[in-house]
Amino acid sequence: MKVNGSAAVYRFIVKPTTANDPRSLGYLADAHSLSLNQITQIQCHDLYFVRGGLDKPEAEKLAAQLLHDPITQSVEINLLELPLKVQNPNQIDHSASRTIEVALRPGVTDPVAEQIVRAAHLLGITSIESACTGLRFILSGTDLTDELLNLAAKRLLSNAVIQTYSLGEITPAFSTSAQSHDLVETIILRGLDDAGLLAVSSARRAALNLAEMHTIQDYCERENRDLTDIEFEMLAQTWSEHCVHKTFKSQVSVKRDKTDSRSFPSHYSHLFNQTIRAATKQVNADWVLSAFTENAGIVEFDGKHELSFKVETHNHPSAIEPFGGANTGIGGVIRDVIGVSAKPIASTDVLCFGPANLPLTDLPEGVLHPRRIASGVVAGIQDYGNKMGIPTVNGAIWYDPGYVANPLVFCGSVGLAPKGSNPHATTPGDHIIVLGGRTGRDGLRGATFSSMTMDAQTGEVSGASVQIGAPVVEKGLVDVLMLARDRGLYNAITDCGAGGLSSAVGEMASERGGDVQLKKVLLKYPGLAPWEIWLSEAQERMVIAVPKRHLNALSELCSQYEVEMTDIGNFTDTDRMRVFHGASLVLDLDNDFLHHGIPQRHYSAKINKPRFEPGQTVCLEAQVSVDLGGTLLNLLAHPNIASKERTIRDYDHEVQGGTVVKPLCGLQHDGPSDGSVIKPLASQTNHAFVLSNGLNPEYGKLDPYQMTWLVIDEAFRNAVACGADPSRIAILDNFCWGDPTRPEIMGDLVQSAQACLEAAVHYVTPFISGKDSFNNEYLGSDGKVHAIPPTLLISALGLMPDWQQSLTMDFKHPGSLIYLIGEFAPAFGGSHYNLINPTNPIEEGLPVCSKSNPRLYMALYKAVQEKLVAACHDLSEGGLAVTAAEMCMAGRLGAQLHLRTNEEPLRSLFGETSGCFLVEVTADSQFEFEDLMSNYAIRLIGKVEDHQNLQITHAKRPILNTPITDLLSAWKDRKVAGGQS
Amino acid sequence: MKPNALILFAPGTNRDGDVAQALALAGAESQTLPLKTLRETKTNWSKYQMLVVPGGFSYADALGAGKLLALDLSHYFLDQVQAFVSAGKPVIGICNGFQALVKSGILPGNNALTETRTATLTYNHENHFECRWVSLKPVSQTCLWTKGLSEIIDCPVAHGEGNFTLSSLENAKLLTKNDQIALVYTHPDGQTANGVYPINPNGSVMDIAGICNPQGNVLGLMPHPEDHILSFQSPDRVHRPNASGLPLFINGVRYASEQ
Repeated sequence: MKVNGSAAVYRFIVKPTTANDPRSLGYLADAHSLSLNQITQIQCHDLYFVRGGLDKPEAEKLAAQLLHDPITQSVEINLLELPLKVQNPNQIDHSASRTIEVALRPGVTDPVAEQIVRAAHLLGITSIESACTGLRFILSGTDLTDELLNLAAKRLLSNAVIQTYSLGEITPAFSTSAQSHDLVETIILRGLDDAGLLAVSSARRAALNLAEMHTIQDYCERENRDLTDIEFEMLAQTWSEHCVHKTFKSQVSVKRDKTDSRSFPSHYSHLFNQTIRAATKQVNADWVLSAFTENAGIVEFDGKHELSFKVETHNHPSAIEPFGGANTGIGGVIRDVIGVSAKPIASTDVLCFGPANLPLTDLPEGVLHPRRIASGVVAGIQDYGNKMGIPTVNGAIWYDPGYVANPLVFCGSVGLAPKGSNPHATTPGDHIIVLGGRTGRDGLRGATFSSMTMDAQTGEVSGASVQIGAPVVEKGLVDVLMLARDRGLYNAITDCGAGGLSSAVGEMASERGGDVQLKKVLLKYPGLAPWEIWLSEAQERMVIAVPKRHLNALSELCSQYEVEMTDIGNFTDTDRMRVFHGASLVLDLDNDFLHHGIPQRHYSAKINKPRFEPGQTVCLEAQVSVDLGGTLLNLLAHPNIASKERTIRDYDHEVQGGTVVKPLCGLQHDGPSDGSVIKPLASQTNHAFVLSNGLNPEYGKLDPYQMTWLVIDEAFRNAVACGADPSRIAILDNFCWGDPTRPEIMGDLVQSAQACLEAAVHYVTPFISGKDSFNNEYLGSDGKVHAIPPTLLISALGLMPDWQQSLTMDFKHPGSLIYLIGEFAPAFGGSHYNLINPTNPIEEGLPVCSKSNPRLYMALYKAVQEKLVAACHDLSEGGLAVTAAEMCMAGRLGAQLHLRTNEEPLRSLFGETSGCFLVEVTADSQFEFEDLMSNYAIRLIGKVEDHQNLQITHAKRPILNTPITDLLSAWKDRKVAGGQS
Repeated sequence: MKPNALILFAPGTNRDGDVAQALALAGAESQTLPLKTLRETKTNWSKYQMLVVPGGFSYADALGAGKLLALDLSHYFLDQVQAFVSAGKPVIGICNGFQALVKSGILPGNNALTETRTATLTYNHENHFECRWVSLKPVSQTCLWTKGLSEIIDCPVAHGEGNFTLSSLENAKLLTKNDQIALVYTHPDGQTANGVYPINPNGSVMDIAGICNPQGNVLGLMPHPEDHILSFQSPDRVHRPNASGLPLFINGVRYASEQ
């Protein structure tokens, strides 16, 4: 039976036959967590729509052999009436159970649909034309009004950015083939006044300021012509904050409080060169092979291999479509590592969200609930990392109300390559080869989008900015490119990230020039204007420069691994970037202007003095009656400190077989590791490396300068705690900041950048890569600007010559001695104690960062090399008591700690400090250890016990005695014995 | 001469390198070949002594994990696979490879490939992906891979669709009767998991982690013994030094070299 000639549409509903379908139960739990309690049951079904000239037996074959699993699912087939009509929701029966159906918007990447078409052909069903997928939810309950259903659909079951929903049957949205057009608009800038120029920048969402628009206007005058839209878009993208880091490259005039005793330069002529890059220069480490010049920083590893590391943010896309945003965030940073010809071998992710328990009524308009953002982001990272076969081994999750509308998603990737195997020799005549995914409208203007403040309409206007990843396509890129690298098939490589081909080809052609034919670019669907093809941020694409003689070999390789390869032009020596669309030249820009024409920005910075100096403390008389045991449990249950096991286990951290220290460690594999240790199988040596991080926006709010010292110390300290060699630790910076045109925001940035310079030089740790993200602010419907706390992520990559030096943090042997080592100076400024006591905080300065820390770390490392240390854990959020509790929980062993008479117990237990560890040393190593550490602040503070309690005394009087089971239920289940979490 | 293993590679396969390393340590050579290459060059599989379907996310798990790889196996390579299986050569499918062997009907292999399937691997009972170390007890003495193994094997699982499910109780009895239950999830000390999470990480019936065909030469399992072949890989290397996954591969390789 055929309808309308060739175009029948079949609808398949696939239902689970088991009573307790886990996915359906998951949706129900989510509904209840959003207080949609009228819903008592959700049944979730898969929908598939198939269009083409199929007859009924073919549709049945498709259902039986492809679309369902006969053991666990049933399938129902309907032939839809054509033309497809939108159902009127008012005609739907308002009975106890209601249906919501969800489908992807046309043009949104749908990998399953593509596979249905491929597999149907394999089954001999060749009349299939296209497919699309959807979900069907049958909700049961009482009072299921349209209003409630719309709320459930919007808040839980669909995301308007990529999906449509319908109460009742949905009309599938097959990609309609729009008219292909080659329309190129002319952008007239000559003769415009300032207001006119800014209007053009704004209308095209270019995020260019007046000085930049003037420079482009002058260029038009010089070339005596107007720009095409594609030229203007390329300039906007090449000059975007995302691509060119103009804030960090700016001149800054600094004003500060006269009473501020700290010293800062009053002027920077180039902020980045005078801080971060200056640090790397001064440290001048010979084991750093590349810093800040390529897609990723590169260090020497084992003599034969090099390690590359890059961390990126993908904040704005994750705010509007959490799964796709995080998915393509990790996909993007992995391409950075592929872009230095390395095989990705480990991923990191650090996430900042709004509070999970935020009441729906407090949610600003146009913002997704933090729970939804969190679960979508985690699912996106899981999907990409796991499918790529890259272990996700290190990360952190931080909750703060400042991230409700503007979550932060930091994605990192580490790569391994034979030393010196990344070629950089683009030669005129080389072919410009695009590998991987096809080009669609995805992610248009992502580079400029990420450089703007978000508002309630951002989701809508930037709908086209949403990118959905296809990790298996990217996996194909790794498969092909590692072989192509080893066979020497390309002369240069770069990834397609923000700005798409425009950025990738533009960068590769920036030294000599290049010619591109846009008609050769493979498209997902027709209808893209030339500028859209050039700027599209479609994922999973790499660009390589291939000499003619290698084209056949490359093409053969791509064919075997089912990776698409397109030859779109040639590199030239004309010093111009030229783009053709068919016969017409649509872009012809001078390289020097394109890449060096951007005027330097000027910013004013206002440095505010922190309310309290670091280390400034008060007397704790008012707190003598605080319940210490209850405080410890409440700290352990704080979402920033509580176990992240559920998230960690969503990520494959074992694939590739190199993970020595896992993110979870200890007797029951649930202790919080300070970092992860990887020994790559590809290395024939015992060399290993540590990944760790430091982040503390709570400190950032109070004192960005001191925060920076403290997070660098934390990242460094975590690496040392895992056994890294302190003289071989490289770090990366990721700044997420507000709007730099506001002097206080810029003031915070200057403080942080200056501290980066000072601390990196002091710790002799080079910055090898970094990335910044500005305008992390959100204009709420209340008209107020919501800004995030100044957030600096420091990621550390530390080397060790032998994996056997690696350490975990769990107590191991009853009877061992416990040492507190480091300059212990606890303070409450920015502490988690204050976070759990919001009405009664102890207002003090941030902890000091002792200048002796690096020397202490070196001494500890000697002890580690001598195998004198059985366990090591750093003191961080929550202080000494939390550290001790975590070591007890991880080892399932009790401990006895003794505080001195002259200590304030509350301060020693819960104040926060830099530079300190708790270290377990077995009794037979005591003298050797003490001898080695004799010049440093060490203190024998207690003993590991064979009982199951954490016991603490003060002046020999017991002040805390908590069973490990209570610690565990607070930390793992966030259930506080005898109190509230 | 060392036996030579064919490792199948589909778009999205990602633990091919891990299993190649395990085979090398166990004394075999191996060659990893994309399915497309095998198809186009019409490679004859009979020159290989072992067949490996490794872990990963072939075709991105679209339409169910292993489903489209299974379709490839039964569409393009049915004769080759059947020849391999009936010749009694060692075949192993790990994680995604296990899913493909089950969804193509090669496992449990109690009835003809054309008949309705009796088993599947579906979504984990806990409704999420799970990466954790588990303990496995080798059970089957029919399975050439697990025969004679006495030690508990510790190794990671990393999957979202590993819940082994049978269409009927009779099929469960049949697996027991035929000694086809190759590996079960247990407590580290060997005590039965009794279906309790997370010892049984996915809710599999009878704590089944791996099964073999009635002849015992084809093993499919969800966990990754190939990721515990060197001591540094185990988080419990100090107090559980004998829980390596390598003996399983040594069994397979030894059998292949004796043929």
